[in-house]
Amino acid sequence: MASLSINNVTKSFGSTEVLKGININIDSGEFLVLVGPSGCGKSTLLNLIAGLETITSGEILIGDRVVNEISPKDRDIAMVFQNYALYPNMSIRKNISFGLETRKVPRKEIEETVNRVATLLQIGELLDRKPAQLSGGQRQRVAMGRAIARNPEVFLFDEPLSNLDAKLRVEMRTEIKHLHQRINTTIVYVTHDQIEAMTMADRIAIMKDGIVQQFDTPQQVYDNPSNMFVAGFIGSPSMNFIECSVKTEGNQSAVELNTGTETPQQLVIPPEVCQLEAYREKSVILGVRPEKIAHGFPDQDANPSIHALQCKVSVIEPTGPDTLVIVMINEKAVTCRVQPAEASQPGEEMTLMIDLSKAIFFDPDSGRRIA
Amino acid sequence: MKTQISPGRLILYSLLILMVIVYLIPVYMTIITALKFPEDINLLTSWDFPDRINWGSFSQAYDKLGPNLTNSIILTITATILSTLLGSLNGYVFSKWKFRGSETIFTLFLFGMFIPYQIILIPLFQVLRALNIYGGLPGLILAHVVYGIPITSLIFRNFYAQIPTGLIKSAQLDGAGFFRIYCRIVFPLSAPGFVVASIWQFTQIWNEFLWGICLTRHTSNPITVGLAQLAGGQAVNWNMPMAGSIMAGLPVVLVYIFLGKYFIRGLLEGAIKE
Ligand SMILES: Nc1ncnc2c1ncn2[C@@H]1O[C@H](COP(=O)(O)OP(=O)(O)OP(=O)(O)O)[C@@H](O)[C@H]1O
Ligand SMILES: [Mg+2]
Repeated sequence: MASLSINNVTKSFGSTEVLKGININIDSGEFLVLVGPSGCGKSTLLNLIAGLETITSGEILIGDRVVNEISPKDRDIAMVFQNYALYPNMSIRKNISFGLETRKVPRKEIEETVNRVATLLQIGELLDRKPAQLSGGQRQRVAMGRAIARNPEVFLFDEPLSNLDAKLRVEMRTEIKHLHQRINTTIVYVTHDQIEAMTMADRIAIMKDGIVQQFDTPQQVYDNPSNMFVAGFIGSPSMNFIECSVKTEGNQSAVELNTGTETPQQLVIPPEVCQLEAYREKSVILGVRPEKIAHGFPDQDANPSIHALQCKVSVIEPTGPDTLVIVMINEKAVTCRVQPAEASQPGEEMTLMIDLSKAIFFDPDSGRRIA
Repeated sequence: MKTQISPGRLILYSLLILMVIVYLIPVYMTIITALKFPEDINLLTSWDFPDRINWGSFSQAYDKLGPNLTNSIILTITATILSTLLGSLNGYVFSKWKFRGSETIFTLFLFGMFIPYQIILIPLFQVLRALNIYGGLPGLILAHVVYGIPITSLIFRNFYAQIPTGLIKSAQLDGAGFFRIYCRIVFPLSAPGFVVASIWQFTQIWNEFLWGICLTRHTSNPITVGLAQLAGGQAVNWNMPMAGSIMAGLPVVLVYIFLGKYFIRGLLEGAIKE
């Protein structure tokens, strides 16, 4: 087990800069998830940590050792690849023991390790098969077993679940989390699936275009996204972004919402939610999560941040526990999460309560959060 | 149940059968002439099947060609093994250990394939003389190995491109180095590549004549040269060179018969499944 520090790391391939100054620090035993859209540099960063690519500038420390110049095999890390990368010509047993043999571990110890890992991951009966004879989930398990057998300081996972079907993906997600709780090794896990990121991580680094947009705990990332990209990327369905103009109500700021069914409403934004003085008579982007626009809230009478809006339903999407109701606010489709029994039919009007106490505001030009 | 044969098919098959006959005529001619006695061979009956079979042609031919046959076997097997092994190592480097300039070097390698081999005959002769290996089999083996490297490297590079890079990375993290990865992971997956490359090389080297005659002394001549000399005299007993031709042609045919299906498969399919 070791901590991991990535300090000001950049990486260029020729003249294209793929990573532009990455700073991430995690403690020993933490589960870090790197998440971001395709091509944002997640795998590249993972390869830099593994030592499979060379760093252009900056520093990576595993424990308190700078590993920039250390070759992959001496970094004491193990990696699980997206396509598992099991050695097709070797039995599962050999796949697991290959790394140990290369490191000249005594035969008896190898045997013990293979058996321990096989028990841990329940792959005992597969040991004498070849990778081609296994199902996707079993291969996934073997790939993890191979990594665990080496007992590394840090585990690296590159989209390990993306080749599995949806059900198996959820199962393996839980299994990896269990595994982490048992062996408690530092993990860096790459995915482009934000649900995986939220459910597994101790800390999430959200990347875009080679820059870490935000590095925080899942709850913080969800509640306090630092910009519109993060806000839109994390959470499903996505946060609603409503462009609205800021008015003055008394001496407070208010945003104007128009549902098209009544006269536009001016909703006061208390200063503890957001300081909008600088934006008066300009426009801002209001960010509200779907679950904050609902049929009703238990404390709606006492809470001054909750307002009623008369809306016309354009589409409904039942998900089972909730029904997503899509309405138009300021000429923008807005998703609301409503109890199935309360949802009106498309074309009908319904009263929705909007809770602005956790609303977030963004600058329309830069996309950055307004404090 | 009878399957209907459409007129198109009928024409196609007729054409194909016609082509087969055209291709097989020389083979037929060679075989029947080889089986005749010298005095039975004349233009009038040249198409006829022999009345009495003369198996002796083959032993006669073997008496003359035996040493050449041995030379060719040694030459072809050694040069094929060496050039495919080197090609495999090159392909491994060009596909999995790319370095600055490796693409350029690979392109230069490919140039080697397009150099007509007659053109390098004289320089080759001088090089072998300078190395003091002109005239014997080792010199000819060296020439064939070097000349074969571009094509075998190309075959293996393309073949290894199908091996996921993750396998190599994974083995690197497992602590394996360049040769251990080659021996334990890449080589065991290479069978289809070796089949394709070695059939190609075997055929090329076995059938080669010009270098054989120019670069070796009489005692080291390969079978193609020996055969030419057998047919080169004035009043030829045609049964003997025909028997010799069959002997010279058979190994390549046998290689295709036994490995041909792997050859086609190796050319066509992505042979590696994870
Ligand atoms: N060897 C390379 N040479 C040149 N460019 C590269 C190389 N490897 C990656 N890139 C570029 O770097 C960028 C980041 O690639 P990377 O593989 O890290 O993305 P990723 O975030 O892992 O995406 P994905 O989710 O699709 O796996 C991409 O634009 C890619 O084209
Ligand atoms: Mg990737």
